[in-house]
Amino acid sequence: MKKEPLSTGAEWTFELIAEYDKEIGRIAAGYGLDTYPNQIEIITSEQMMDAYASIGMPLNYNHWSYGKQFVQTEQQYKRGQMGLAYEIVINSDPCIAYLMEENTMTMQALVIAHACYGHNSFFKGNYLFRTWTDASAIIDYLVFAKQFIAKCEERHGLAEVEATLDSCHALMNYGVNRYKRPKPLTAEEEQARLEAREEYNQRHLNQIWNTVPKKADDDSITEAPHFPPEPEENLLYFIEKNAPLLEPWQREIVRIVRKISQYFYPQKQTQVMNEGWATFWHYTLLNTMYDEGLVTDGFIMEFLHSHSSVVYQPPFDSPYFSGINPYTLGFNMMQDIRRICENPTDEDREWFPEIAGSEWTETLDYAMRNFKDESFILQFLSPKLIRELKLFAILDDTDSPTLKVSSIHNESGYRRIREDISAQYNLGNREPNIQIYNVDVRGNRSLTLRHFMHNNRPLGDDTDEVLKHIHRLWGFDVQLESVTPDNRVTQSYHCPARRPLEIG
Amino acid sequence: MSYIIDRRLNGKKKSMVNRQRFLKRYKKQIKGAVEEAIKQRSIQDLDRGGKITIPRKDTNEPMFHHGQGGEQTRVYPGNKEFSTGDEFQRPQGGQGGGAGSGQASDQGEGEDEFSFNINQEEFLDFMFEDLELPYLIKKQLTDSSSFEIKRAGFTTAGSPDKLNVVRSLRAAYARRIALSGPNRQEIRTLKKRLWALEETPNSDQRNQEMNEIRAQITELEKTSKKLPFIDEFDLRYNNMVKSPVPSSKAVMFCLMDVSGSMTQSIKEMAKRFFILLYLFLRRNYKHIEVVFIRHHTHAKEVTEEEFFYSRETGGTIVSSALELTADILDKRYPRNDWNVYVAQASDGDNWEGDSQRCSDLLYKKILKDVQYFAYVEITNGPHQNLWDEYQEVYKRHPDQFAIQHIEEMSDIYPVFRRLFERKTEGTA
Repeated sequence: MKKEPLSTGAEWTFELIAEYDKEIGRIAAGYGLDTYPNQIEIITSEQMMDAYASIGMPLNYNHWSYGKQFVQTEQQYKRGQMGLAYEIVINSDPCIAYLMEENTMTMQALVIAHACYGHNSFFKGNYLFRTWTDASAIIDYLVFAKQFIAKCEERHGLAEVEATLDSCHALMNYGVNRYKRPKPLTAEEEQARLEAREEYNQRHLNQIWNTVPKKADDDSITEAPHFPPEPEENLLYFIEKNAPLLEPWQREIVRIVRKISQYFYPQKQTQVMNEGWATFWHYTLLNTMYDEGLVTDGFIMEFLHSHSSVVYQPPFDSPYFSGINPYTLGFNMMQDIRRICENPTDEDREWFPEIAGSEWTETLDYAMRNFKDESFILQFLSPKLIRELKLFAILDDTDSPTLKVSSIHNESGYRRIREDISAQYNLGNREPNIQIYNVDVRGNRSLTLRHFMHNNRPLGDDTDEVLKHIHRLWGFDVQLESVTPDNRVTQSYHCPARRPLEIG
Repeated sequence: MSYIIDRRLNGKKKSMVNRQRFLKRYKKQIKGAVEEAIKQRSIQDLDRGGKITIPRKDTNEPMFHHGQGGEQTRVYPGNKEFSTGDEFQRPQGGQGGGAGSGQASDQGEGEDEFSFNINQEEFLDFMFEDLELPYLIKKQLTDSSSFEIKRAGFTTAGSPDKLNVVRSLRAAYARRIALSGPNRQEIRTLKKRLWALEETPNSDQRNQEMNEIRAQITELEKTSKKLPFIDEFDLRYNNMVKSPVPSSKAVMFCLMDVSGSMTQSIKEMAKRFFILLYLFLRRNYKHIEVVFIRHHTHAKEVTEEEFFYSRETGGTIVSSALELTADILDKRYPRNDWNVYVAQASDGDNWEGDSQRCSDLLYKKILKDVQYFAYVEITNGPHQNLWDEYQEVYKRHPDQFAIQHIEEMSDIYPVFRRLFERKTEGTA
């Protein structure tokens, strides 16, 4: 039975947004999407730029780098080089989504479907978000962080705080625990524990530095004790807990940067899935609305137009090419899973025996909940999609003078391509694997980091700069060694730089 | 369950603090870029904001990342003709299979440059940083600025001469209507009853009743009458406020020698100096008038176009221009209303006997009326008698008089700065 369309014009009103939201919510619930409550905020484009500049959060502490981000966004926006994103959505409970007032009703509906039901259900369902982030506490925590840092600026001066933040930001990507679940953070607790922790930290540190070798114990001198006993991947955590010279407030700042970095860690790992999921659902939800007669032909045309530009993948030789579009890959994979469930071919039955012909909503839900980009691609990228996107892999080995096409979209290439593209989304491969290896507790307290090389890839030219930041936080000499899998040190970096005279 | 919130009226400038911090952090670089822009831009559009480009490596936030080299496999979409095992040369940089980290450039701008816009105000702030008009502060403190009396609505208290009759009567009328309301309503109902009784046949009872009603009506009318026609409560006065009018008008005299010895390039330099001064004044005064006076042996007030671009020949008598300046000052720009600035540019040429007269004019007629007199001499040659004469003036009036020497285009800005360097210290 066809219903009356909710609206016919391009103009939106608050009533219409509420009505659309209600209908989209009803259909989403019908498909079994489980979401946090939504908080939809209408903002202007300037406010959107503000939101952009503070890494999408509604509030954040002040730092020049956000100002840099802002002037850059502003510049690009004003010169028309870049449209602003239609939406920003925040993984919080309630889930906050921003709609821009400039958008048409169609775009607002698209954004509601995309952000308020797509991303929202992903935030609530995906295991990484469930494990690593605490949606209900993040806003409170940011309030705490902002206040704390503002107070530090008052007490210790802008320059001091900025220097500390700079150093922490340089290590932001190394402020996450990859395997351990962090304790949930609540603002009150943080505040309450602050003082106790300050005192404890100092005492704790003293203990570390108290491990002076006993005189009688000659054996211990032959083999210096390793500290930390196991290499530590969370550099900021290690610094927060062990850097000897940091003031308590500096430790707290390290902690804040670390916590925020941890909060964003799942988003980095689920780009393709998250966007694919949200895109799939706005597509499905709005099409369902059209089938029910809730929206007009004009509406669905406008929607399809912007949808198809979102999921456009320029080929590798196009001037617009800037890597694989996560929207395209994610959306197509989600659509493909539905297709495999509903209309499996023989090839699908061979490649995906467990899901071919199963209930598609359940299969998608399972996929959304239990994977990250890397594993999701490895599990669900089908040969059909590889053919459609005409994917091919290129091997770039510095030892060889030429590039080599290692596989293309053919029978022998499917699996290789799937593995390669999956590896491409493995954060472990993308970011150099650097860990705290040793502290010379008995000697000059120098800190040794190790870069465990992957595929023989060296570190970039920022390395010395980052070391300076580590040196600032640590307070004593810092060195970094690049190590091959067979334990050979290929390159080492020092801060402060080694004087050339040291040979003698 | 959804809540919809309108946030459009919330603060827009949330990023302002961060933006300011960014500008502050890169002040040195931005100032360099601004000074470069001043040198290159045509003078007419100096006073707007604009794109500032600073080296990207300075703003870089370092992170650990992979460098070039090693072995990696990347997957690309849109294969057209490749098949497995094809080999080809590494493209030199650029996109399309490079080994880089896939960081696209910001389209159209070099990767090693970071560009952003600053607005006019910020641009000028950087341009004029540390500059201050001489004695501006002093003037602001000591000048008794004039006041202007402005209407500002009505008040209920005031002096009799400010009484607003119409408003007061209107208020009285309103009060009377309001207070007599219940009475009138009662009178109306009583009258209705009276008319009704008139219809009924004559009887004693009726007459008595009618009389009672009439009495009631008179009584009520009497009380209504007792309402005062006008009450103190009704009085309205025109409200006047005194608002200070800062002396915000400035006039700038541009004096230039246009004799044969002044080449076009010297004039160009002079022009830059004038316009810098103009821009600077414009920042401090709401209203600025500019008077252009050119001279050779005679002085003439001209338009800007004529001032800079027409050529004349002949000797040079500087005092003619000063005389005209003094004249115009007298006639058109009373000292109380105008802040007067004079900027004179010349190549230093003057008729031998005239320089003495110039300084006399300055002492007697001009310097007493002007905030500031700036003289720039644009020449590569040796100084002539005018310079020496003006040096004397400078010694006697170091606060009001400035004298500078410019040799080439790039000297202008520093000279301008020196001219207007903070002089507020040490002059008490």
